[in-house]
Amino acid sequence: MTSKPRTLYEKIWDAHIVETRDDGTSLIYIDRHLVHEVTSPQAFEALRVSGRTVRRPDLTLAVPDHNLPTTARRDGAGQPIPIADPESAQQLAALTRNAPEFGIRLIGDADVEQGIVHVVGPEQGFSLPGATIVCGDSHTACHGGLGALAFGIGTSEVEHVLATQTLLLKQSKTMEVRVDGQLGPGVSAKDVVLHICGVLRASGGTGYVIEYTGSAIRDLSIEGRLTISNMAIEHGARAGLIAPDDKTFAYVKGRPYAPKGAEWDAAVAWWTSLATDPGATYDKVVVINAADIAPSVTWGTSPEDVLPITGVVPAPESFEDPSKQDAARKSLDYMGIEPGMRLTDIEVQNVFIGSCTNSRIEDLRAAAAVLKGRKKAANVRWAIVVPGSGLVKQQAEAEGLDRIFLDAGFEWREPGCSACLAMNPDKVPAGERCASTSNRNFVGRQGPGARTHLVSPAMAAAAAVTGKLADVRTLA
Amino acid sequence: MEALREVSGRAIPFGRKNVDTDVIIPAHWLKTITRDGLGRGAFEALRSDPDNLFDSAEFKGSPILIAGDNFGCGSSREHAAWALLDLGITAVIAPSFSDIFSGNAFKNGILTVVLPQEAIDRLMDVAQTDPVSIDLESQTVTTPFQDRFTFEIDPFRKHCLLNGLDEVGLTLARGEAIAAYENKSKGETPWLAHGTGEAA
Ligand code: SF4
Repeated sequence: MTSKPRTLYEKIWDAHIVETRDDGTSLIYIDRHLVHEVTSPQAFEALRVSGRTVRRPDLTLAVPDHNLPTTARRDGAGQPIPIADPESAQQLAALTRNAPEFGIRLIGDADVEQGIVHVVGPEQGFSLPGATIVCGDSHTACHGGLGALAFGIGTSEVEHVLATQTLLLKQSKTMEVRVDGQLGPGVSAKDVVLHICGVLRASGGTGYVIEYTGSAIRDLSIEGRLTISNMAIEHGARAGLIAPDDKTFAYVKGRPYAPKGAEWDAAVAWWTSLATDPGATYDKVVVINAADIAPSVTWGTSPEDVLPITGVVPAPESFEDPSKQDAARKSLDYMGIEPGMRLTDIEVQNVFIGSCTNSRIEDLRAAAAVLKGRKKAANVRWAIVVPGSGLVKQQAEAEGLDRIFLDAGFEWREPGCSACLAMNPDKVPAGERCASTSNRNFVGRQGPGARTHLVSPAMAAAAAVTGKLADVRTLA
Repeated sequence: MEALREVSGRAIPFGRKNVDTDVIIPAHWLKTITRDGLGRGAFEALRSDPDNLFDSAEFKGSPILIAGDNFGCGSSREHAAWALLDLGITAVIAPSFSDIFSGNAFKNGILTVVLPQEAIDRLMDVAQTDPVSIDLESQTVTTPFQDRFTFEIDPFRKHCLLNGLDEVGLTLARGEAIAAYENKSKGETPWLAHGTGEAA
C-alpha cells in the first residue's frame, strides 16, 4: 500500500479505514461531524427510541443555521424574540434540546460563534486538514478547501455516525481538475468554480472525488478554496479537495479547536505528507486554462448553465443533446429571458450576498470594495448581506464594511443560510430576479417562482449598483 | 428494526409510473422533527380526492403498495420511506425503483420487490379483490390463485431484513474494531482525537 504512489484522497481514505469488507466497502472512521437543525431531529429521535448513545459526543458540533431568521434574535432586554414560523421554531428547539441531552457542544443562536455550519467548522478549527468530515447537508464538501475529506450525508447516516462514529462507504474514483495559469482581473474563486460547473456539467463529477490543483488554485486564499470545494456537489462529485499547504496551516493555526504545541508540529508534518505523490494517477484529468475564465453568471436553473458575463442568453437549439434543449427551453421560460438577450441587459430586483459559498470576510471585502461610495440602483428593491458567522460579522464591522453596505442601501443581517434556500423568512418573491452569491439556482430555491443568477460577491455588488447583471471590470 | 419474513394482506393497486418523492411526501413536510406522523402527509395531493385508494375502506392500512416503473425518483429525502411506514406500508412491489429510494427504504425496514411488468399487471388485477403474500425467505410473491412470482434481492439486504438488523446495529457489533482504530489513531494523529473536548 505504501509503495504505490497515492493521491491526496487515497491517503486520507487509507488513514481512516477501520476495516474492509469482502464486498469492497470499508468502514471509515469519521473525525468530525457537524449537525444543524434540519437533518438531525429524526436521527436523535432514532437514538432515543432504540436506547442508543452517541459514541463520541466530542467529535460532533451542533450549530443552527438553516431556519434562523437573520433579523435580531434578542430584544432590548436580552430576551429571545419568538420565531414566527412554528415549524422552524420546533426544529430549532429540538436541536437546542438534543445537543445537551447527548453531550454535544451546541453553538446557540445568540452566540457570536454561530453561523453557517460550513463557515463555523473551519473558523473554529474544528474542521482540519486530512480529517474526514460529514454533515447532513449537501455542501459539506466545502471543508475540502482545507484538504479535508468532507461530504454530505442523509439522516440515517447522521444517526449512524452519532452512534458509531463511522460510515460504511465505497471508495470513489479520483479526478484531478487542474486550473493552470493566472486569473485575470475581476475573476474570483466563484468564477472559477462556476466555470468548472460549465465544463463538467451537473453530473460530470458523479462517482468521483475531485482534487483541484494547478497554480490558479494554489494562488487562492483559503476563503477562495472553500468557495471552490463548496460547489463540488454542483458537478456531481462526492467531495472536492485542495491539498493543504503553508496558507492552510497559517489559516488553521491558533483557532479554538486547532492542535497546539508539540501536537501542532506533528500535525503540520502529517498534513504535509498527505500531498499527492509524484507519479500517482487519477482516474480522470481535466485541465482548464485560467486565462479562459471570465467573471461568470448563470442564466438557467442548473449551475451548469453558466456563461461569461459578456455573453448572450443561448438558444435551446444551440445544445446538441435533445434533452438539454428541452431543459434549456424550460429554464428560459422559468427565468423569463429570451435567447439572444445580452446578459448585461437582464435587470435584477434583488441582491443576496451570503451562503456557505460566499459569506466569509474576504467575500464581504470584495463586495464592499465595489460598493464603496456607490448606491444600489433604484430598481433594486431588496439587497441584503448575510455574514457567514457572528465572527465574520464582527470582523466586518471592525473594518467598517457594514457602513459601506448600509450606505449603499443594503441590509446588514445576522448570520445564517437565509435566502440561499429560503427556509427562513428571507425569500425572493415569485417572478423576481436575484443576483445571488449562493450555490444553487434551482427552480424555487430562493422562494417559489424566484429567479436566481449565481455570481461572485464582486459581481453581486456590481449588479446592485447597476440594477442589472453587470461586468465588474467595467466598474473598476 | 422489526424482523421481516413475510408481508401479507391487501395490496394497494396504485400502479402509477415515475412516482417521485414530492408525490410520496411533499416538501413542506420536511420541517418535521419526528418520523412518526408523516403518514398524514403521504400522497397528500392524491388524497385530497375523497375517493382516493389510500383512504378507501378496502385499502386503508394495507401493508403492500403496487406501483409502476421508477418508484421513488426525485430527491433523496428519507421522509419518503418514513411516510410509507407511517401509513402502514412495509413492502412496495414495482418494476423498478430509484436507487436512493430503495436504499432509504431498506435502511428503514421496507422491502422493495422488483417484478416484471406482466407480473405487476397480474398482481394489480388480483389486488382489486384479494390479498397478496410476499415471502422473503423464499423470495416469492403469491396469490390465492396459485400465482407465484420469484424476485431477486441483494443477499446482505435479505439477511438484514430477515433478522431485523439495521445498519447501525450491525456496525455497533463491530465496536471492538472501532475502538482498536481509535487507539491506533490516538497514537498517530492525536489532535484528531480531541474534537471539542479538552486538549490532552
Ligand atoms: S448556506 Fe445554503 S448551501 Fe450552505 S448550508 Fe446553508 S442552505 Fe446549505
